[in-house]
Amino acid sequence: MRTRQDGTSVAPGSAATALIDCDVHSTVPRVEALFPYLPPHWIEHVNQSVFKGAGTTYYPPRAPITARPGSIPPDGPAGSSLDLLREQVLDPLGVEIAVVNCLYAIDSLHNPEAAVAFARAVNDWQIAEWLERDTRLRASIVVPSQLPELAAQEIARVGDHPGFVQVLLPVRSQHPYGSRLFRPMWEAIAEHHLVAGIHFGGAPGNPPFPSGWPSYYFEEYAGMAQVFQSQLASIISEGVFDLFPTARIALLESGFTWLPAFMWRFDKEWRNLRRLVPWVKRAPSEYIREYVRLTIQPLDAPAEWRDMERTIEQIGGDHMLLFATDYPHLHTHDPLDTLLPHLPDALAQRIRSENARELYGLV
Amino acid sequence: MARHVVGRVEEIPPGGRKIITVAGRSIGIFNVHGEFFALRNRCPHQGGPLCEGLLWGMLHARVPGELEYTRAGEILTCAWHGWEFDIRTGQSWCDPERLRVRRYDVHVEPGDTLAADTPVPGKVPGPYIAETYPVVAEGQYLVIEVTS
Repeated sequence: MRTRQDGTSVAPGSAATALIDCDVHSTVPRVEALFPYLPPHWIEHVNQSVFKGAGTTYYPPRAPITARPGSIPPDGPAGSSLDLLREQVLDPLGVEIAVVNCLYAIDSLHNPEAAVAFARAVNDWQIAEWLERDTRLRASIVVPSQLPELAAQEIARVGDHPGFVQVLLPVRSQHPYGSRLFRPMWEAIAEHHLVAGIHFGGAPGNPPFPSGWPSYYFEEYAGMAQVFQSQLASIISEGVFDLFPTARIALLESGFTWLPAFMWRFDKEWRNLRRLVPWVKRAPSEYIREYVRLTIQPLDAPAEWRDMERTIEQIGGDHMLLFATDYPHLHTHDPLDTLLPHLPDALAQRIRSENARELYGLV
Repeated sequence: MARHVVGRVEEIPPGGRKIITVAGRSIGIFNVHGEFFALRNRCPHQGGPLCEGLLWGMLHARVPGELEYTRAGEILTCAWHGWEFDIRTGQSWCDPERLRVRRYDVHVEPGDTLAADTPVPGKVPGPYIAETYPVVAEGQYLVIEVTS
């Protein structure tokens, strides 16, 4: 039982409190954990060279936001233990369904054969060690997004597995995702009725900002909102939703309070410049409201709660936000009490579960 | 609905335009491939001088990246913010349901029907009688209809 701030109790799992967590993380504990899923020549290469696979998280390993207290198991990094995920999130919060996002940095592997082999291994590891071990879990397919044709092949390989509901795309990319280079990948995403989950971070080799490399992680972390904006600008301007109207996007760890001002500017400039992209037939904000959803952690909250309500009104509609803990990352000590109790009940309920249920087609 | 004589046909060759003031309103008259159109010279967005803007063709795309170019010279963009308006209807292309600029009918009429000494009911000789363009029996004149 949970206790609301007003003192009333709610039972987990009841209709009013169904909870879908749209962003929890699985972490490959060490490269050897992928050996059962890697071809022999890559095992040999890892064993006999300095190459030990890709990085496992975009977060600094020892930063407090990387691992909430108690989330580091004795034999691996935070996020590598399904038992701890159950103990710290699924059971105590009464989570009905959690979408697992593995941040293994396939996009950092510039050897295409390695990128494909490790993407396949991570996906097979996700199936065997997460999806098949807890029916509450769904997961995102990791792909070599730097090689869209090969990403499409990996989506085709595992996209029909009922546990996979999403394709994970790091928000930092070598080319913006609306670029027509990515059409094969979008086609595969749409064909398999998956959501494109665009997530904080990425290691494409180019700077996170077009103005160049930041000096401090702080800059990159705070500035990532503009990278999300650039992806939305690209995807809508290049007509991804016009070409693939069944495609949907979830922005993960994006924040959402920046969205209204971005929509204002995007709409304004579309009025001036729409003849450059005549396939974009409606104001960009209408595309965003139809095709894009955003998770609520981390929360970039204004100082006053009434400003938050206004911001959510400006985003437009009660269907836009998705509950997420971002486990094991620590943004708040109680993700259920951070935003939801401040919102009208009907909106809070949609954020808790119904928006995610519609987006991911969960039944 | 008053009719105003606003100029001689040959003043505005194909592709040309002329901005005149009639009944206190600034109005742009355009010759698009021999057809004449008139729009209020005031953008419904922020009041900019719409009729000083560039004329473009219409670009459509059923599929991203596949452009279809039609109606050359029939889309007027405001000189201030580039919003597009259909020169035939005055309808905007960025918000067609809400934004429309006033259009006026333009007629080409022979001078002998306009040059009568006595005022013709329903016809108001425009500024060109009093100023530099007296209506004479020869030639073709542009006449627009403006609600008083």
